[in-house]
Amino acid sequence: MNTEKLRNFLGSVPLHIVIIGFCVIWLIPALGLMVTSFRPVQDANETGWWTAFSEKPGAAEYTQYCGKCHGEDGSEIAEADLGDTEYIESFRRSLQIAATFNREYNGEIHLAEDDRPDDQQLADILAHLRRQTGLDERPQFTITNYEDAIVGYRGTTNYEADCEAGTQSVDLTCDFAQDLTNPRGMALAFRNSLFVAIPATILPLILAAFAAYAFSWMDFKGRIWFFAILVGLQVVPLQMTLVPISRIYFQLGIGGTFLGVWLFHTGFGLPYAIYLIRNFMGSLPRELFESAYLDGASHWTAFLRLALPLSMPALASLAIFQFLWVWNDLLVALIFLTGRNPVMTYQINNLVQSLGGGWHLLTASAFLSMLLPLIVFFAFQRYFVRGLLAGSVKG
Amino acid sequence: MASVTYDHVTKKFGEDVIAVNDLDIHVNDKEFLVLVGPSGCGKTTALRLLAGLEDVTEGVISIGDKVVNDIPPKDRDIAMVFQSYALYPHMSVFDNMAFGLKLRKMDKAEIQRRVSEAAEILGIEVLLDRKPRQLSGGQRQRVAVGRAIVREPNVFLLDEPLSNLDAKLRVQTRAEISKLHQDLKTTFIYVTHDQVEAMTMADRIAVMNAGKLQQIDSPQNLYNSPNNKFVAGFIGSPAMNFFEAHVRKSNGSLVVDAETFNVEIPKEKSKAYQKHVDTAVIFGIRPEDIHNPEFAPPGINPQPVEAKVDVVELMGNEIVAHLNSGSKSYVARVDPRSEYKVSAYVQTVFDVGNMHIFNKETEEVVR
Repeated sequence: MNTEKLRNFLGSVPLHIVIIGFCVIWLIPALGLMVTSFRPVQDANETGWWTAFSEKPGAAEYTQYCGKCHGEDGSEIAEADLGDTEYIESFRRSLQIAATFNREYNGEIHLAEDDRPDDQQLADILAHLRRQTGLDERPQFTITNYEDAIVGYRGTTNYEADCEAGTQSVDLTCDFAQDLTNPRGMALAFRNSLFVAIPATILPLILAAFAAYAFSWMDFKGRIWFFAILVGLQVVPLQMTLVPISRIYFQLGIGGTFLGVWLFHTGFGLPYAIYLIRNFMGSLPRELFESAYLDGASHWTAFLRLALPLSMPALASLAIFQFLWVWNDLLVALIFLTGRNPVMTYQINNLVQSLGGGWHLLTASAFLSMLLPLIVFFAFQRYFVRGLLAGSVKG
Repeated sequence: MASVTYDHVTKKFGEDVIAVNDLDIHVNDKEFLVLVGPSGCGKTTALRLLAGLEDVTEGVISIGDKVVNDIPPKDRDIAMVFQSYALYPHMSVFDNMAFGLKLRKMDKAEIQRRVSEAAEILGIEVLLDRKPRQLSGGQRQRVAVGRAIVREPNVFLLDEPLSNLDAKLRVQTRAEISKLHQDLKTTFIYVTHDQVEAMTMADRIAVMNAGKLQQIDSPQNLYNSPNNKFVAGFIGSPAMNFFEAHVRKSNGSLVVDAETFNVEIPKEKSKAYQKHVDTAVIFGIRPEDIHNPEFAPPGINPQPVEAKVDVVELMGNEIVAHLNSGSKSYVARVDPRSEYKVSAYVQTVFDVGNMHIFNKETEEVVR
């Protein structure tokens, strides 16, 4: 009995290792982004995210090269007190430290030519000294990146520091609530994204549900052909229609408006949505609907009271797909919404352009834009459970 | 309360498939009519035509004296119990039963009254808050019936409502539906492929085959005097035995000559068979009219036939014996005291008082 258990366990070990391995490999990049998004800007620019949890370099080098004459706290030599903040602040670059090595103290060269640290070690030592004297004191992790991303701060330190010093840029008021509406901030973009994604999800869903019911349970001429054509429309590539539709939009005066984006996403979401929901509704038992008609239901009631609630699993999964697609869409927003109403993807795209290496803001923004999809997914996932139909018909 | 009339109703699917062919039935008010036939015979289609779920191709259907051909299902005042029950999976039992009433804008108290009344009749009061998936097959079937009852319709349609139940429950529910019919005093039209259900429940049975009505009559008449070979073979279990045979004259009386055996036709029947002398016919006799001579009941008209035993099925109350007489095989239900051994030669007697002769071409009965 026990050996059998053990054998079963051992037999499943390789499988588990492989599965866990896959999960870890998938998650590592996301983990890196997340860690980076919480690191202070200087750290993010200087070192990789995997060093965030390890000791800062420099302490060992300091002990090796400088510790023997300056002492552990750096104050042995009074005229070059390495524990003195002002003195250290005068070393703007590591080269200036290197220059001090050539000076003579008490008649001998400070550090012998063949016993000098290389450039990297020198930089580490300077960083160590600046930390020691409290010049570069900063926490291991910080949420200022998120603050900066939300209000659209684009300076060299961070929003709070600049506001304290009064050196913030002109588009910031330093009143947090008011800065949430900064057009360069992710807060406004978040609102815009919501404003785009929610109607652009609900509209096609409602229309598709109506159409799916008609295609499944209403008799009209050419039903099959009509459906085939509709499904066939899925082959039209979105990119092909960008130019003609944007021309039409600007002629109609809805270019750059939310209405335009809603219509566009609805149009391109519908064929697939109808196809998916029709297949689901069509597979509901015919007798259910016949029974409802005999019970006195019109098509409208049968749709509302039967087809819609029973199609919830399909509607929910479609809603998730459509929402994520619209939420993550950059192309349509870029062309039809333009910068007048920036959405999150648009804003992140701008960060890349204007900051290039601003990883701390980029990663924080990326995580802000992931927040809602995650919530949506976990909120709807219970609709994925099977067996909602169980018990309606035998068999 | 209403009668139902099918007036030469035909239903075609497409151009070629004729599901119901010239169906002509009048169902009386408060009658329990069973439509029976093998699968694909059009009985369910006939029911769906009445329900309005299919359109009539030709002919007229009326409920009471109202022609309903163009009336939508919801206005026909009928209720239907589906084979699959078709309960609304996302509604409680109460809501399932109340659905039709709510749609008809019935007053809340009245809905409550009707549903609890129906639930009481069916013994499902405690299930009212459950969802269909929490019910057993038998309970679901009751809910489906309950949903029809609360509507208090003019006509009840039942489409094989018992076919998904186990054997024991089926027998029990059969009796309950009969009782329900007596209590409700409404027209019932019941579709089944099971002739036992048909025989036990019906006031009249309509036997259908290949879209055509074969015969409509009371169960006893159907059993005793089937119109044709199909009805004779369909009603009764095990089915009637058929033999290819000739009728010929012998010693002043008529004889059925089935090559391997001869049986004499009783005098009172000879007259009808006179004109079929020396033509090929089909001779039919039910297994229960074949007896072991030792235990044959008195008052029958026995004709001896010798046979070899092929298979013996002991049922307890009887023995179903599969017998061979030369190249002809037949089934007999004989007394359980008979000592029939496989491969043994035994004597049987045919009670020719209950024999049937069918025209070989038309398969119509000769009377």
